[in-house]
Amino acid sequence: MADALLDVRHLSTRFTTREGVVRAVDDVSWDVKEGETVALVGESGCGKSVSALSIMRLVAQPAGQIVGGQAVFKGRDLLTLDEEAMRRVRGREIAMIFQEPMTSLNPVLSIGRQLTEGLEIHLGKTPQQARGRAAELLGMVGIPDPERRLPQYPHQFSGGMRQRMMIAMALSCEPSLILADEPTTALDVTIQAQILELMKDLSRRLGVAMLMITHNLGVVARYADRVNVMYAGRIIEQGTARELYGNPRHPYTLGLLRSVPRLDEPRRSRLAPIDGQPPDLTRLPAGCAFLPRCAFRVDRCSVERPPLVPVAHTGPEPHVSACWEAERVIARQETR
Amino acid sequence: MTALLEVKNLVKHFEVSRGLVRAVDGVSFSLEKGETLGLVGESGCGKTTTGRCILQLERATSGSILFEGRELTTLDQSELRAVRRKMQVIFQDPYSSLNPRMTVGQIIAEPLAVHGIVRGSAARAARVKDLLSRVGLLPAHARRYPHEMSGGQRQRVGIARALAMEPSLIICDEPVSALDVSIQAQIINLLEDLQSEFGLTYLFIAHDLAVVRHISDRVAVMYLGKIAEMADRKTIYDNPRHPYTKALLSAVPIPDPELEMKRERIVLGGEVPSPLNPPSGCVFHPRCPIAVERCTHEIPVLRDLTPGHGAACHLAEIA
Ligand SMILES: Nc1ncnc2c1ncn2[C@@H]1O[C@H](COP(=O)(O)OP(=O)(O)O)[C@@H](O)[C@H]1O
Ligand SMILES: Nc1ncnc2c1ncn2[C@@H]1O[C@H](COP(=O)(O)OP(=O)(O)O)[C@@H](O)[C@H]1O
Ligand SMILES: [Mg+2]
Ligand SMILES: [Mg+2]
Repeated sequence: MADALLDVRHLSTRFTTREGVVRAVDDVSWDVKEGETVALVGESGCGKSVSALSIMRLVAQPAGQIVGGQAVFKGRDLLTLDEEAMRRVRGREIAMIFQEPMTSLNPVLSIGRQLTEGLEIHLGKTPQQARGRAAELLGMVGIPDPERRLPQYPHQFSGGMRQRMMIAMALSCEPSLILADEPTTALDVTIQAQILELMKDLSRRLGVAMLMITHNLGVVARYADRVNVMYAGRIIEQGTARELYGNPRHPYTLGLLRSVPRLDEPRRSRLAPIDGQPPDLTRLPAGCAFLPRCAFRVDRCSVERPPLVPVAHTGPEPHVSACWEAERVIARQETR
Repeated sequence: MTALLEVKNLVKHFEVSRGLVRAVDGVSFSLEKGETLGLVGESGCGKTTTGRCILQLERATSGSILFEGRELTTLDQSELRAVRRKMQVIFQDPYSSLNPRMTVGQIIAEPLAVHGIVRGSAARAARVKDLLSRVGLLPAHARRYPHEMSGGQRQRVGIARALAMEPSLIICDEPVSALDVSIQAQIINLLEDLQSEFGLTYLFIAHDLAVVRHISDRVAVMYLGKIAEMADRKTIYDNPRHPYTKALLSAVPIPDPELEMKRERIVLGGEVPSPLNPPSGCVFHPRCPIAVERCTHEIPVLRDLTPGHGAACHLAEIA
């Protein structure tokens, strides 16, 4: 197995709020290998964004604190790097793409300037080289007529074009990893398809690894090699996309897959929701956080939190699930 | 059988400093009692404006809206008030549509009092309790404020408030788009249960094609202010004839990695043009993978290919 490019081990991040301590990310481990696309999926509030922000050391302080763990990137733990070295990592080696590009684009700087700035500072290009490269990058992400676009401002771009612009900025520093946090959630399906195909194509061509954060199970199925399913700040199931969709071994993963209507299947007379709602992260129970919504629960679930352990799997890659009844989850599904 | 709602040639243009926004540009459809019509299309294609025109929150530029046999576009304010009660709306973001300073109980009781639907505060409290239980909430929720509830619970409050008016038509404008998938399914099931219980008619506006297929009896696909294709659910999903419908369906990723690996996709180039300056001829032609010369200057009308299956495309038969 190839070495991990980014290896996150036992990461925990908490927020101190008036309501109590929010365990936003709680002892979470996952990795991304060179050139690979790994997904982090789960419902809103389960800790996806905080996971990515923790790795970039951009968690809102002082309320938010990384209280434990490591994020080893190319052999160095990002969580203990000095601020200067961390800035270089952010500018050059790991790039981030957010759901709403306007939050990370500067509204009063031209598109061209926003691109050339990084190229000059981080890659030491001359202003002229940087301009040429900026136009090239815009072309690469499918923005027509780049030369004419460079002097324009973000508000003159549509949502889809801004997201392309964000991708160009992310690629400008030639990173080896991109953390993409719901990059297409705000976009229409046809534009979402354009952007995702573009990202896939570029990551293949340039060998950039990607952490894809999303709540869209279809997007994960199409674009991710491996998947981490999060629930209430923890990873509850982990495996290849094929394995997880074909052989889900956690009631939550199974529930998610069943709750969405699908265009490739006959219409069901009734949808199968997951009852209830996610727990309050300031008042997590002692046992399994999914218990109140779980159809497979047994007595043990309320007293002992299930660890992530290997389950029977079909492919060569490991498949782990945090459920005492993991073997039964599949049994139920077969009798469906 | 007469339709509950009949929209004919609805046009809504907004005048802005840069010109005329053709938000809705000649839309016609009808809704039978107890039916659900899904209205899909990308953002900005005019779905919300269509809904707002029906509700008379916008005055139509032209066209006709018949509701329970009455022409709404010519009613005066007092006549409208009575009709409006029969047409309710559920929004995408329940948070912005619920008064943050009122408790859930007050929010639901208010229309009961204002419209004189239930007289006396004790009777109203009882009705609030009943409505809460119909939408899957507890009596204790009446004392909560909207911010003390989750997104799914707030959507239930929005539904209870709409139900309080005893409407015959509910316009659901992206009611589950902001919710997580597990909660989406809860709300969709609830809407379906309420429909069969109260004989409700829905205009269900959404951009998620899988959700629309699940809930709708018929579906209309909009593009740039016009209906591109309309048919019963089965026909439009199994046999789409408009290239835009085909592209939309193909753009939806399916939660199955094996299937996705083999699946060919139509990825449309370009973006939706501005309704300030819509393309000549067929509004879809600049992005259409099969457009021919004729499409650049001749506007295709929505015509029946088979009874009840309309497509606005010159090439619908051969596409
Ligand atoms: N700045 C903050 N202060 C307090 N709580 C926060 C803050 N940021 C995030 N959280 C909490 O951390 C949890 C995880 O949030 P997040 O990672 O943003 O979720 P998501 O999976 O939707 O990206 C949520 O419960 C959220 O409310
Ligand atoms: N009050 C208004 N003034 C000017 N333009 C408007 C107004 N309301 C909507 N529009 C425009 O009309 C078009 C259709 O909008 P809308 O009906 O909200 O689309 P949808 O709901 O399908 O996303 C958009 O281009 C929108 O910007
Ligand atoms: Mg997030
Ligand atoms: Mg809308």
